[in-house]
Amino acid sequence: MKFDVLDRLAQLGQFGLGHIQSLGRSGIFLFLAIFSRAGFSGRGSLLIQQLYNVGVLSLIIVTVSGLFIGMVLGLQGYSILVRYGSEGAVGQLVALSLVRELGPVVTALLFAGRAGSALTAEIGLMKTTEQLSSMEMIGVDPLKRIIAPRFWAGVISLPLLTAIFNLVGILGGVMVGVDWLGIYEGSFWTGMQQSVDFVHDVGNGMVKSLVFGIVVTWIAVFQGYDAIPTSEGISRATTRTVVYASLAVLGLDFILTAVMFGEL
Amino acid sequence: MRMRTVEISVGAFMLAGMLALVAMAVKVSGLSLKSGGETYELHAYFDNTGALKPRSKISMSGVTIGKVKEIELDKNTYMAKVVMDINRHIDNIPVDSTAAIVTAGLLGEQYISISIGGDEAYLRSGDRFEDTQSALILEELIGKFLLGTVNKGE
Repeated sequence: MKFDVLDRLAQLGQFGLGHIQSLGRSGIFLFLAIFSRAGFSGRGSLLIQQLYNVGVLSLIIVTVSGLFIGMVLGLQGYSILVRYGSEGAVGQLVALSLVRELGPVVTALLFAGRAGSALTAEIGLMKTTEQLSSMEMIGVDPLKRIIAPRFWAGVISLPLLTAIFNLVGILGGVMVGVDWLGIYEGSFWTGMQQSVDFVHDVGNGMVKSLVFGIVVTWIAVFQGYDAIPTSEGISRATTRTVVYASLAVLGLDFILTAVMFGEL
Repeated sequence: MRMRTVEISVGAFMLAGMLALVAMAVKVSGLSLKSGGETYELHAYFDNTGALKPRSKISMSGVTIGKVKEIELDKNTYMAKVVMDINRHIDNIPVDSTAAIVTAGLLGEQYISISIGGDEAYLRSGDRFEDTQSALILEELIGKFLLGTVNKGE
């Protein structure tokens, strides 16, 4: 009985140590990935290829979901605000909620599912088939050649995708609100323009999405690089990428909102 | 050839992202360069500023001509000091004009409305409005109304 308790304690210790070690490894990994950036200044085509994989191929899902989220916001906002005769505030509601919260968060979640999981699976498979170690053997640093372009592609793509998501969402709100439900166009746009401040709302939303871009891509490439080199290991790493990245985005969003908009 | 397609689509993607940002700046947040830094400061002292906040608008005849920069308490007079940023090209506000805190609609936000006086001299940067009208506090008004009817009944 006593033996059993000690066993459990040791298991708990192993669990904690394992996670702290993994956190430390991922920190060193991020540091190396960022500072090996200088290595690919002459090999921009690697970055462009990754921008295509990570950014351009995510465009369809981002624009379609942006359009529908904007339309739903317009519809729901209208059905409630019309009771108080203030349906002109729908523009303000759609724009502020998209630019401040929904744009950065939903885009980051979609990005984690669409691009993050693909990055993890790709790097994990490279590790499993020993492509990474053979690269090291011929004197090519896989951090510079494989990880750094993918990391930077993710960090650059997510804010751009967020900007597109926001704009498409607002256009969706306009389509439902102005064209279908007949809100007066002037009050819709001026209400929006008076309440949205470029630096305070749009700028802070972009800062949020930059932070999310760093975190999501970091988690994705690290999980791939750190995966156990078996087929089961890759599947676990891919799942972990989506789960950890989504939790990190939602948790960080609360902290960033509290810091940026908290004192209002 | 395939690399070229990839390069073109990445270029189009980055261009689209930046254009979306510019479109948001112009169309959604109504950012315009001419109303940017070109402002001058005017001050006003109020007994009560109610729910007035920094960035609340300042209007004249219903047209927005500036916004509230900051609100602070003057320790000596116990009055609220409001610093306003007025657009540079509105440089002919007479010195005897009135600044009043009013509410947009019954439940709307509060803003400062400026009524024009008749003086020949104009307010310069750093001047203050002599004539001000504080925010209407609904609870005080109801309180006075109740008190008034009670007194009448006695």
